[in-house]
Amino acid sequence: MNEKTSSMKRKRLVSNIFSYILLVLISIIWLFPFVGLVLNSFRSYDPAVEYGGMVDYLIPKHFSLDSYRFLFSGETNYIRWYGNTIIIAFFVTLIQTMVVLCVAYALSRMRFAGRTLLMRFWLVLGMFPGFLTMICLYFLLKQMGLTQAGAIPGLILVSVASSGMGYYVCKGYFDTIPKALDEAARIDGASRARVFFTMTIPMSKPIIIYTALVAFMAPWCDYVFASYIAFGHDASFNVAVAMQRWVWTGDYQGYFTRFCAGGVLVAIPITILFMLLQRYYVEGVTGGAVKG
Amino acid sequence: MADASTGNTRKSPVGDFFRILGHDIKEIGTTFREGDLKTRLSYLICGFGPIARGRVLLGGFFLAIQAVLLWFIFGFGLPYLSKLDTLGLVETHKENRKTVYGDNSFLILLFGLLALCAVVALILIWRINVRENRKEELILKAGKQLPGNRADFASLFDSHFDKTLLALPVVGIFVFTVLPIIFMICVAFTNYDANHQAPSKLFTWVGFTNFKNLFSFGQDGFGSTFLTVLTWTLVWAFFATFLCYFLGIAVAMLINKKGIRFKKLWRTILVMTIAVPQFVSLLYVGKLFAADGLINGTLMRWGLIERALPFWTDPMWARVTIVIVNIWIGIPYMMLIATGLLMNIPEDLYESARIDGATPWQMFRSITLPYMLFVTGPFLLTQFTGNLNNFNVIYLLNQGNPKSMGMVGGAGGTDLLVTWLYKMTINDTNYRMAAVIGIMVFLVTAIVSLVVYQMLPSVRDEEGFQ
Repeated sequence: MNEKTSSMKRKRLVSNIFSYILLVLISIIWLFPFVGLVLNSFRSYDPAVEYGGMVDYLIPKHFSLDSYRFLFSGETNYIRWYGNTIIIAFFVTLIQTMVVLCVAYALSRMRFAGRTLLMRFWLVLGMFPGFLTMICLYFLLKQMGLTQAGAIPGLILVSVASSGMGYYVCKGYFDTIPKALDEAARIDGASRARVFFTMTIPMSKPIIIYTALVAFMAPWCDYVFASYIAFGHDASFNVAVAMQRWVWTGDYQGYFTRFCAGGVLVAIPITILFMLLQRYYVEGVTGGAVKG
Repeated sequence: MADASTGNTRKSPVGDFFRILGHDIKEIGTTFREGDLKTRLSYLICGFGPIARGRVLLGGFFLAIQAVLLWFIFGFGLPYLSKLDTLGLVETHKENRKTVYGDNSFLILLFGLLALCAVVALILIWRINVRENRKEELILKAGKQLPGNRADFASLFDSHFDKTLLALPVVGIFVFTVLPIIFMICVAFTNYDANHQAPSKLFTWVGFTNFKNLFSFGQDGFGSTFLTVLTWTLVWAFFATFLCYFLGIAVAMLINKKGIRFKKLWRTILVMTIAVPQFVSLLYVGKLFAADGLINGTLMRWGLIERALPFWTDPMWARVTIVIVNIWIGIPYMMLIATGLLMNIPEDLYESARIDGATPWQMFRSITLPYMLFVTGPFLLTQFTGNLNNFNVIYLLNQGNPKSMGMVGGAGGTDLLVTWLYKMTINDTNYRMAAVIGIMVFLVTAIVSLVVYQMLPSVRDEEGFQ
């Protein structure tokens, strides 16, 4: 008996050691690009010190803050781009969350004529690729004066306008809140709106945070549409549009380290925010995955 | 997703439509025949009945919408609507150095469609107005009292709260999604491209020419390129979805394993790829694999290779590289989902399997995998359709390159249908073919969704695992 348990223990130990090795290996692969990004951002782009483009070594020969200094030196609109993105992300988060909550509540709790038709119609709409409508949207926004110099409100408008179609996860959450609670409140004389604002919303903190978090992260990656609407108007770029130039065309002029520095400054606050709210994200994603 | 399946299987949707339409027309007739003067006048002036019966708020709402729509159709839309059949004939040209402004096909198509939608909306609001009159008359006939203005207003936050909640989102989706999609579907049937840019050059309807072009395999035909891109899109979606799925589950099981410590740390490390904005991480990773990038440089310095590996310059290499990098992005996401789900599997299932002498692989095959597939079926489907349209990964990593002379429309070796569509819109302004590709993307997504949806175990057998 004793021999058996000790052999099992040994077996488990071996398999655990193997697992740890695997995990460490995975961690290295997953962290490598981020470490590389941070290290590259500390390389100087000053030709007298070091080359600022792509290099084939990881650790810079001289550590310097040149790239970061460049971002705040006023030579580019970096601060402006950053501000633009924050403004876009803020308003998109605010409005999109409200829209999604409204739509999800209406579709989860109310039964009205054309409800399933509406849901099916939106499902079909979602199968069209988003970029298909780009030129038409550009024109619509141009008519309203919301391109180029006005690209920021234009981008917010477009992102928010169709956000009602992303109600799935939120509706799935509302569906799990017992209807009996609603009924009880309505028997006591509360209107639908009252139930929604004073009961459903306070009970839905996790899903609100999830919706807001997803909405907040998206504008930081929005390259395609943002670049199309801004149309070369430097002051209305967001960080993604502005900084991809430093990689794709500016690389050979030594802009690569500046991209890394800018990227690090973008990534740090977003990553911290995400890590803080990770619990809610996991909850939302898992719930959404199971219900589809 | 769930509602798409509950379609009416007994009656055909077309038959249903005509049945409802016939019923509607009959009701409109009865309402007029049995109605009083107020109701009959409502047939001309929307909302007259409710206003005359004291429901100013409701009637005024009908009237206002009718007025706005009529004003829009006749004051603005009519000139566009009337030219919708030709999309304009008079080009903007110069006469004695003076510019003479002609038609603009783009505007005619867009505003013509908008006017058409306004006509449909007008008919709808008129119909609702007629039905409301009927309802009021029936209520009065029954000797009951009509709700007053105050009650009407209050109902917007109670029994009609859905309308309040949905009004703005529906309008937003109509203007910024539905209208543009209808517009682009129409563009697929025109010759709108770089040589037909309004207003100096007009474009017009060409029927199915663009679709024929898509399936023509001649010198300039899109046929062979389309097939190449379509095949790669499907292959990519397959690998991107299932590799991430199984590896993600594997990693989740590895971390969940008994006796492994620092579970939170391992998860946090993996989650970094979700947290860091993709445009930062993907652009950097793309450069890692470049010919002069870190990986090639290091391998060359170590003397393992003599020339740079063609990660992005050879089509086959590029495809494999992209799939691999996508694993890096996809595993953490799947790991998060799988972690929660794996804990839901009852531990005694494994316990009894172990007593029966099952190997870990057998347990995975017959307990874990069936459960996971059952629970995450719909998720796999959305992942697959999402990957069909996964613009960011492809475009940020290598912009769909390497370009190839054998392909038309600027398509490259790793271009998906969506990135190809994007390139045709931006680089070639070949809007007509872009629109056709867009419709094809829709068809592919819709067909895959429909077929897979019928096959999902959770749809076929809802009670399966409960």
